[in-house]
Amino acid sequence: MKVLVAVKRVIDYNVKPRVKMDGTGVDLANVKMSMNPFDEIAVEEAIRLKEKGAATEIVTVSIGPAKAQETLRTSLAMGADRAILVQTDDEVEPLAVAKILAKIAEEEQPGLFLLGKQAIDDDASQVGQMLAALLGWGQGTFASKVEVDGSNANVTREVDGGLETVALKLPAIVTTDLRLNEPRYASLPNIMKAKSKPLATKSPADYGVDTAPRLQTLKVVEPSKRQAGIKVGSVDELVAKLKAIGAVA
Amino acid sequence: MKILVLGEHHDGKVKDSTLATLGAAAALGGEVDLLLPDSAAPAAADDAKSIAGVSKVLVAADSALDHELAETVAPLLARLMEGYDVLLASSTTTGRNIAPRVAALLDVMQISDIISVEGPDTFTRPIYAGNAIATVRSNDAKKVITVRGTAFTKAERGAGSATVEQVEAGVTNDRSSFVSMEASESERPELTSAKIIVSGGRALGSSDTFHQLIDPLADKLGAAVGASRAAVDAGYAPNDYQVGQTGKIVAPELYIAIGISGAIQHLAGMKDSKVIVAINKDEEAPIFQVADVGLVGDLFKVVPELTEKL
Repeated sequence: MKVLVAVKRVIDYNVKPRVKMDGTGVDLANVKMSMNPFDEIAVEEAIRLKEKGAATEIVTVSIGPAKAQETLRTSLAMGADRAILVQTDDEVEPLAVAKILAKIAEEEQPGLFLLGKQAIDDDASQVGQMLAALLGWGQGTFASKVEVDGSNANVTREVDGGLETVALKLPAIVTTDLRLNEPRYASLPNIMKAKSKPLATKSPADYGVDTAPRLQTLKVVEPSKRQAGIKVGSVDELVAKLKAIGAVA
Repeated sequence: MKILVLGEHHDGKVKDSTLATLGAAAALGGEVDLLLPDSAAPAAADDAKSIAGVSKVLVAADSALDHELAETVAPLLARLMEGYDVLLASSTTTGRNIAPRVAALLDVMQISDIISVEGPDTFTRPIYAGNAIATVRSNDAKKVITVRGTAFTKAERGAGSATVEQVEAGVTNDRSSFVSMEASESERPELTSAKIIVSGGRALGSSDTFHQLIDPLADKLGAAVGASRAAVDAGYAPNDYQVGQTGKIVAPELYIAIGISGAIQHLAGMKDSKVIVAINKDEEAPIFQVADVGLVGDLFKVVPELTEKL
């Protein structure tokens, strides 16, 4: 079974984003970028499936600027076999991303398509579900456990109120939650080896997908700041303060 | 404008998250119908029809819709949307699972997790873990939107008099099936609708100390218990306690953060709380930058003392 994994280059999760003064967006110039943390988990899961013998080939895909190559190289260094970069400098919305990924899925015929549950930049949490809809496949979103058994996958999902397990007929879509696994670090020899693994560069037009945005961002502003609070010196003061503001009776 | 709301229900009652989504529907204005899927839907119809602002309750009482699998609920919604301009779903795991699938079936972009309605096609939503607020306008003819419950006033029960209508599910699904549900047991208030939340972090050290210190304080305050990602990852608390960008988004009257440093991803989940109290031994912890009341001290001493004095 071939496994496809979608990865996105995003602002590093440790960086505090700064909103541009002109309200057009978040300033990404000279900011550290990394692979979206949920996508790392998706790559790791694909590698584990290969190590268990359930997967034969891992192909990672990214849609974005030329620099997204670095993100794909990271996935190759972790253990993916080859990569596809759909290069564009335009911002591509989840719907268009899903359409491109659907075309790639039709070409590549994977048994499983893994994605992160959301990207930490747009926080949309849409692509996996949209891709499943476009392909007519089953979806296991927010997965914390994936068990592939022949032509089926049992996926345990993190839902409000607990854990839900669904059985999916393959091919299927799985989006990863944080607790699915602990992604490995790429070793130096593997980073070197990854440089010679195949990486194909395509464009959205190669897949006949119109990436014109459906949503127009009118402005981006900083959230309202909280007023500076006070520090108290003892539990008695804390209790008194809570009573004063009416937070407790 | 005709609005369809995906309703979630449990034990014959419409969930609070759906009441908040109906609040967003009221902010948008227009005629609002509420869909209740699955074979338990008729039991919740009585509750639903009394909710203010609902014109029609659509009951799709078909066992094919049980457990709200996206593969069955999404095609039903996509079909019903022929008669509506807007679909609203809650930003719960159910809504977030289903709504994007509907959007793709309708070939429209979804607007995720809105926190305000600025106009019939204009909304605000947080991005970058709540570090920026984007105002977006949708150019799609039909709109699919998920709603952050903590940002809207809940629709009230009792004032409404909706009609109830049965709808055919008309769906088949050979792609997925429900296997099992492992529910977390809790007698405390539900996290996303609790008025007070006591939340613990990694500094609690173990699952035992987490429950020994956090639970009595929560019980004294009638509060729900939350946790930081670090505490959940360390196994001190179950997954669905997690507050943050990747967990639950809460906005209670009072949020007490104990032994939580205040990482970006945690703040994204709780910084709209009315009053934030932080107890941490590190006075440089970022949590103190958002806390209204901070106490620098050893939580193992402070928390039992606080529990006793309340």
